[in-house]
Amino acid sequence: MEHLVIIGNGISGITTARHVRKRSNMKITVISKETQYFFSRTALMYIYMGHMKFEHTKPYEDSFWEKNRINLIYSYVTDVDVDTKTVFLEDGRTLQYDKLVIATGSKSNKFGWPGQDLPGVQGFYSYQDVLLLEENTRNIQHAVIVGGGLIGIEMAEMLHTRNIPVTFLVREQYYWDNILPQEEARLVSRHIVEHGMEIRFKTNLKEILPGEDGRVRAVVTEFGEEIPCQLVALTPGVHPNIDLASKTKIATNRGVLVNEYLETNIPDVYACGDCAEIVVEREERHRIEQLWYTGKLQGMALAKTICGERTRYDRGIWFNSAKFLDIEYQTYGFVSNVPREGEESFYWEHPDGKHAIRIVYNTENRAVVGMNFFGIRMRHPVCEQWIKEQKKVEYVVSNLREANFDPEFYTHYEKDILRAFNQMYHTNLTLNQKSQKLFSLFSR
Amino acid sequence: MKNVTHTNGKLPNMHKKSDIQILRWLGLLIFLLGFTVFTASIFLGHYQIDASTVQKASEYIPQEQVQLLNSLSGTRYASILEAIQGLENTLNPEHKLPSYQWNEYKFWIIKSAARGVLAENPSLFLLLTIGLGALGALLFILPGLTALPGIKNDGIFFRSITSKGLLGILLGGYLIAFYIILYWYPEYIVNLIILVDPVSEFLRNKAADRWFLYGFLYTVAVTVMGIRMFIKYRHNRYQLIRTGSVIFFQFGFAFMIPSILERFNQPSMDLKNAWPLNYTFFMDWNIKSLLNSGNLGIFLFLWGILLSFVIVPLFTYLFGKRWYCSWVCGCGGLAETLGDPFRQLSSKTLKAWRIERIMIYSVLVFAVVMTVLQISNFLSNGALFGSYTWRVNKAYSFFIGSIFAGVVGTGFYPLMGNRVWCRFGCPLAAIMGIVQKFKSRFVITTNGSQCISCGNCSTYCEMGIDVRWYAQRGQNIVRASCVGCGICAAVCPRGVLKLETTDPDKRYNVVLDDLIVEAMKTSEELNKAS
Ligand SMILES: Cc1cc2nc3c(=O)[nH]c(=O)nc-3n(C[C@H](O)[C@H](O)[C@H](O)COP(=O)(O)OP(=O)(O)OC[C@H]3O[C@@H](n4cnc5c(N)ncnc54)[C@H](O)[C@@H]3O)c2cc1C
Ligand code: SF4
Repeated sequence: MEHLVIIGNGISGITTARHVRKRSNMKITVISKETQYFFSRTALMYIYMGHMKFEHTKPYEDSFWEKNRINLIYSYVTDVDVDTKTVFLEDGRTLQYDKLVIATGSKSNKFGWPGQDLPGVQGFYSYQDVLLLEENTRNIQHAVIVGGGLIGIEMAEMLHTRNIPVTFLVREQYYWDNILPQEEARLVSRHIVEHGMEIRFKTNLKEILPGEDGRVRAVVTEFGEEIPCQLVALTPGVHPNIDLASKTKIATNRGVLVNEYLETNIPDVYACGDCAEIVVEREERHRIEQLWYTGKLQGMALAKTICGERTRYDRGIWFNSAKFLDIEYQTYGFVSNVPREGEESFYWEHPDGKHAIRIVYNTENRAVVGMNFFGIRMRHPVCEQWIKEQKKVEYVVSNLREANFDPEFYTHYEKDILRAFNQMYHTNLTLNQKSQKLFSLFSR
Repeated sequence: MKNVTHTNGKLPNMHKKSDIQILRWLGLLIFLLGFTVFTASIFLGHYQIDASTVQKASEYIPQEQVQLLNSLSGTRYASILEAIQGLENTLNPEHKLPSYQWNEYKFWIIKSAARGVLAENPSLFLLLTIGLGALGALLFILPGLTALPGIKNDGIFFRSITSKGLLGILLGGYLIAFYIILYWYPEYIVNLIILVDPVSEFLRNKAADRWFLYGFLYTVAVTVMGIRMFIKYRHNRYQLIRTGSVIFFQFGFAFMIPSILERFNQPSMDLKNAWPLNYTFFMDWNIKSLLNSGNLGIFLFLWGILLSFVIVPLFTYLFGKRWYCSWVCGCGGLAETLGDPFRQLSSKTLKAWRIERIMIYSVLVFAVVMTVLQISNFLSNGALFGSYTWRVNKAYSFFIGSIFAGVVGTGFYPLMGNRVWCRFGCPLAAIMGIVQKFKSRFVITTNGSQCISCGNCSTYCEMGIDVRWYAQRGQNIVRASCVGCGICAAVCPRGVLKLETTDPDKRYNVVLDDLIVEAMKTSEELNKAS
């Protein structure tokens, strides 16, 4: 029986294992050192906030793995010899594989700041980081978060629930405006401030200072200001974890280099998920995709390949979602922070500053290329379809109701959005009301 | 946008926090005070058999008992325990009454004999107990308004009371004990029943019994904790309307209407209580009493049949069983309000699901068999299965009606979540579940591939449905047990879930993951295409 060995039990490694099991009888072993069982990394924040316990973040019951004959090993892989197809574990054990998948995920970025390794300074990626944070935030007065991305704002929210005052150092002019257009970046920034958090824009970290006890005492910004704190959370993004792969003959660059079939330079060795750097033909930039759904899709594609149907990974129409404190965010297609050439966008924001929509379209043919939504839930399949079918922006604003996914009885904004659109473009569009449902008869 | 600049210096929120914390502590203190007085007042006062006792009790006990009681005139018992002991020793042995009758008499005699500060000032004590409790709870709850609206389940698994810690276990024990005493030993809590006498007199024009106390507490709990829901979910209109609905049905239908019917000496009935949750509906005494009380009685009888056999299935087809379970039902109303802080304690394991199916359908079979017996008994005027029916009724009402629905149903909130009865026992839920599963418009739609498997939905599902199992593979959720509370959709941080009604044939979608895998092109296909 063929033996498939997967290193890393995150979403990409585990999805590979599950889908290989659906298609084949081969022996499957998953090795990982973070936790015994697969858990949801995206839920780490909820453990610290007390919304869930660790056990709730496990998407499958512990008995699932044995039932599906997926063999789990809780250990660290120290080396791989691709010539003899051998995996070496830290406890001295070795495993022979026929096929190998590297799914080692990411590591938190650190940019060489003085003091970045002091006790009380940490990133937030792993389950161990949650435990460490619990230790690091015991009886502290103030915390500083460095880096204004998605993990940064999650940490701000986490600390906020423990009543720990937070100062947020953000390099950009507004929160995450290297990704979000100005209006959206401001919307989120306002919401952060509204929560009583202190946010410093255009502020870089210079160094982290130790106190007498050797733990962090303060940070110094590049303006020379010293901010006393007992915790520094470093959240300026992540990079592929190639600690293992770079020791072997497997080719690496920033990540483990793979083609669109997720194959590395070594036969029978594959990589997927956060750690993979995908070289796409005819595309200049390599793809490093650090999302939950891309990890899942890569795992699914790879499982097919491993089972003999060599399959090209295709992530489809891009999408993502997040939640900024209380404001939900969904994005579909491509919305860049500054308009790309040949593209324009329509933006509407509710006077309450918590609901907004942006539709980016091609100036010439008016086809929609991307959409941002804040505080309004939308149907993924419908939005995807619109972009795929290159629907015109006029069509989209007239049919927003069809895509609305808010709970029943919620206030609808389609009319306001359309009115704003009509005013701005001097059009006379009307709303297509086709998806009225019986139970939503009463909703406005 | 000028507020998007630096907010250096002290943060306004941090000050506010501590003031609010003080208010919450004060609320908690007041609540505990009310709670303590409530519990302690059981032991207040003394018990005196005299002319006025005899006169009061004579309304509820037969003549020969009155005479016996007269012979005890002048006896004084210093405490409730002595009083019960005393009556047991003197009255009971002399009269070989069936125990249920004796229990009933005993209760009314002791209630009539109660003297002392509480018995003389029931209204004052009502304020000092349930009043203070409600006030304290509100003070504890209202500061929630100062936080920004949104899902704030912070610290739920750190708090002992909401995470099966010692406090949770103690609370469960208290509730269980309360139910056992209320159902089988009401004479120990006559003082608590006296508390609500003024309300009962006012509404029903008669003295309170234990069921009135129960109804009163129930309604207060649903209202106060309903206010908590209003605050907690003030950003979510589905939750607001649903909570308004359960408060309305508890207050109006379960509490006020039956009270008013009683005031006018009409057969009293909770108009929303459908068979087989209402398991006494087809008992011959109930049918007879309804049919013998004129037009209103006949209306109530026909309404009961219409509700149970037409409205329930029809509405469940149209809206899913949520229209009843989380909008109308009394058990559901308590679960959705008082029980909300405990929803995360339901078990999501496959094993629990298996046990659930075995248990709930067994109870349904039990209820149906009992009803068949009841109806044949009524039609044959007791000739068919006469005493047998009585015994089955008794077993059902003891094991299912009291122990399961009451003691376990509510007492286990802090131990197994707030829907133990609804999930494992309720036969009405079982029937609606079958309709919901096989022929209904209700579905929880999963939003494409947006799920990040975080687990909030499963954790906060009070019915123990592993919502994530479906959501993460892109599959809609159609489960018999779902009561449509909508909390999964509320807590989901990625907008993945939506309760909706749709074409019944379109509810069961495929597993989206499988579609995506199929759609991905193999190199062979790509070669062919190019
Ligand atoms: C706090 C946080 C929130 C996030 N929220 C979102 C979100 O909302 N939406 C979204 O799309 N994405 C989110 N992400 C990103 C997403 O979680 C990742 O893209 C995804 O988890 C990556 O999965 P993976 O399987 O590639 O790697 P990982 O989940 O990192 O799994 C790799 C595993 O391999 C183990 N490993 C590595 N090397 C070895 C070795 N040599 N031996 C043994 N074991 C090894 C690691 O310990 C790790 O457990 C979030 C990430 C974080 C940190
Ligand atoms: S809460 Fe939402 S994102 Fe989280 S597991 Fe459930 S459906 Fe998925």
